[in-house]
Amino acid sequence: MRNKQATQLLFELSQPGCAEAIVPPCDVPSRPLAELVPPEELAETPPPLPEVSEPALIRHFINLSQLNMSVDTHFYPLGSCTMKYNPKRNDRLAQLPGFANLHPYQPLETVQGLLGALHALQQILAEIAGMEAVTLQPAAGAHGELTALLIAAAYFRHRGEHRTTVLIPDVAHGTNPASATMAGFRSVQVKSNAQGLVDLEDLRSKLNAQTAVFMITNPNTLGLFETQIRRIADMVHAVGGLVYMDGANMNAVMGIVRPGDCGADMMHYNPHKTFSGPHGGGGPGAGPVAVKKHLADFLPIPVIVETAPGQYTLDENRPLSIGRVRSFYGNISVLLRAYAYIRTQGPEGLRRVSERAVLNANYLLARVRSFLPVPYGHHCMHEFVASAMKIRASRNISAMDIAKRLLDYGFHAPTVYFPLVLREALMIEPTETETKATLDAFTDTLKAILEEPPELVHEAPHTTPISRPDEVLAARAPILKWTPASESASGRSGV
Amino acid sequence: MAYLPQTEQEVKAMLATIGVQSIDELFAHLPSDVRFQGQLKIPPALSELELTQHMEDLAQRNVGTHQKVCFLGGGAYDHFIPAVVDFIASRSEFYTSYTPYQPEVSQGNLQVFFEYQTLITQLTGLDVSNASLYDGATALAEAVLMCLSHQTGRKRVIVPQNVHPEYRAVLATYLSHVSAEIITLATPRGIIDADSLARVVNDQTACVILQQPNFFGCVEAARKISEITHAAGALLIAVVDPISLGVLRRPGDYGADIAVAEGQSLGLPLAWGGPYLGILACKEAFLRRLPGRLVGQTVDRRGQRCWVLTLQTREQHIRREKATSNICTNQGLMALRATVYLAALGPHGLRAVAELCLQKAHYLRERLQREAGFQPLFNAAFFKEFAVAAESPAEVKTLLEIATDAGFFAGIPLGRWFPELANALLIAVTEKRTQAEMDRLTAILASARTRADSRAIDRKSSMTPSSQRTVQVE
Repeated sequence: MRNKQATQLLFELSQPGCAEAIVPPCDVPSRPLAELVPPEELAETPPPLPEVSEPALIRHFINLSQLNMSVDTHFYPLGSCTMKYNPKRNDRLAQLPGFANLHPYQPLETVQGLLGALHALQQILAEIAGMEAVTLQPAAGAHGELTALLIAAAYFRHRGEHRTTVLIPDVAHGTNPASATMAGFRSVQVKSNAQGLVDLEDLRSKLNAQTAVFMITNPNTLGLFETQIRRIADMVHAVGGLVYMDGANMNAVMGIVRPGDCGADMMHYNPHKTFSGPHGGGGPGAGPVAVKKHLADFLPIPVIVETAPGQYTLDENRPLSIGRVRSFYGNISVLLRAYAYIRTQGPEGLRRVSERAVLNANYLLARVRSFLPVPYGHHCMHEFVASAMKIRASRNISAMDIAKRLLDYGFHAPTVYFPLVLREALMIEPTETETKATLDAFTDTLKAILEEPPELVHEAPHTTPISRPDEVLAARAPILKWTPASESASGRSGV
Repeated sequence: MAYLPQTEQEVKAMLATIGVQSIDELFAHLPSDVRFQGQLKIPPALSELELTQHMEDLAQRNVGTHQKVCFLGGGAYDHFIPAVVDFIASRSEFYTSYTPYQPEVSQGNLQVFFEYQTLITQLTGLDVSNASLYDGATALAEAVLMCLSHQTGRKRVIVPQNVHPEYRAVLATYLSHVSAEIITLATPRGIIDADSLARVVNDQTACVILQQPNFFGCVEAARKISEITHAAGALLIAVVDPISLGVLRRPGDYGADIAVAEGQSLGLPLAWGGPYLGILACKEAFLRRLPGRLVGQTVDRRGQRCWVLTLQTREQHIRREKATSNICTNQGLMALRATVYLAALGPHGLRAVAELCLQKAHYLRERLQREAGFQPLFNAAFFKEFAVAAESPAEVKTLLEIATDAGFFAGIPLGRWFPELANALLIAVTEKRTQAEMDRLTAILASARTRADSRAIDRKSSMTPSSQRTVQVE
């Protein structure tokens, strides 16, 4: 049934003369371009874009869409990514003309409804965090990390302290150390102990007067709650440092644990995960940052403030602010989806979401650990990490093989080879929106794969649109764009 | 239709398999001193109908560009979005998928990003494009970081004052702790003065930023600026309006090393400023310093052409603290929208849109000058946006209020960023604006000014007989 045309590129489908009449003729008196713009700045011809008809365009992109797995079509237990179902009402409401058609520089009196929603979202996020102030501006989780670290840098500068290091557990997401570098800090890795939690002795040995921030993901990427979090926060505060909570895994603890109550000074949210924003094939997300009172003055500008009941404005005059972190005000339609999600859940609903996410993960864990080792613990929070180390040794089936074979059975693969502390890692996060039946089918399939002939599994996937791609070739001789045959024939690589 | 799919019976069965009595037991290992006692103080749950009514009520308290005729620009534009863009972007398989870690089941996204990268190189005339960043402002900051790491020993970044003020602000934030110096180049005539640039660019200069057309809408002498920049061994970053490339020369054609752009004009809703799309393309020499996702062509085990994420050793999930950037994924859905938009328009469609913007903007500026007495703030050539001078900041405010009441978002007051230009307005004209709308706006503003003039003359008649307008040009 598959349509072979699907893999032709737009450029190969191009037929000169197929232009679509999208805009009307000019209705004002026209003048020659060269009279309006200096001729040396004018292009002789427009960019060499492809020309496709409307039916060809639609068939092309719809066929391409069918080559993707997605949450709406498949179970997608990609650990750490919280691939939960995205309620359709949120999409519809975020796209209402009264939200979608707002220009960022129109008068503030004409966007009071939107500002009201965003202001309410700020307060809600502060409450869930157990903190006092929120910025909605960061465009993604990693951007939120950077924003928070810049806030920390400004805070220490203001206090006349020169602190240079950010401490990061070895199980942390790669964005943590990368954000630390971008914010001008040196990152220092803190070891995990045998239980998969922060090694307090190692942390103690690395904490000193240079420590600016300790970044912690809680629950961590092994799906374990850092039970010593209060003690950790006290240790960091004792040397004058700040505690940053990476909120990537908030789906496990909404209404159950508030980072602020654990001693965190700041955190970011991933609304596209926790609050069900669709992932869009990679983005857009958002990365709101919540902070305690002592850091509020350093938030990026502008900040949405309520001047009188129901009246909102943008506060740009904040002398201690780190400044702007992006143009305009934030990924508004992602934030509106988060607001809609939270409003349909309410306080009990959010708590139930986390409970069910943890229930689903523990159920899956209970079933999976009977045939695949889960080295870090008998229980987990919203996700857990299994290891294919044994099956690799006994039957030469790797985590990657298992991931690829799952695709054949219509399951998206878990996150593999992360976190780095565990070899042959398979990080599994079912989320709250999967049925028991789906979890059972996934478990049965996983078990069956381990008993399949290794050759069959090594060659997997067998039923997907392509088999395993040659990634080494892609990196060795990069072809990063399509090139017309006449040019590529002359031996030019496609870069 | 419950959001949570498990029945009570299933929950019981699952708990039994786990070996616990209750869900609460799953949280029993959490220390009591960090357990949140009580209930979050957030509003109670709404049904879907109540939520819909609530959100519609909020939306109705806003006034959108579907209700007022929009002449606002400043980096976000009211361009037409063809139906195919929304249709494709609303496919579940695109918008509920995630970043293509498993290429075998992500060929749709990967091929779209490869097509996006190709389209962006065609649009900019440069060698390589990444798979997108957050927005135009952060793309510029990333481009400057690329230049600073490439240009060892050179620490100065020359930023003309006519670069978008918010982009300059973001750049200042990103460089706040970097040992680099931002040199702001004054642009009193609206465009970069070649001699002034030549005086500041030297062997300490890492890069020069050129916004083309610039924040005031003026068209810069791009080739000349490129020559001056390169003569000093500095790199040129061009910040462009993608639509303008339907008629203006491409960054690659005048020698820019890196081009960045805000991709909102390419089929993205205004949405009060986001989510948007950060475009970044560069010469091949900077490939290894490029931030963000890259999709490359390869073959699978059966020899079929296919696509994968590539050169990932630049990225945070492999390189951690040594990555070229902390960016984690791309703006996938926004890149898809831009891809469909450019494919729908094609070269002639893009040129047609650009020409309409250009012609209409010139029509409106001329009418405003002739019939409403607005002097252009600058004499330089312009594309789809231009600045005009009113008499005073107070007049700007009054005129905008009158225009809003009459159904127009007439322009952006420049005093917001440039106190010395507090009597000026920035006006953008897209292909959507009609002659009738522009004539009506002109008439409203002209009549408002006539009324104001006659009142002013009455008031001042004993003191100053004439009401000569002064035009601030700096």
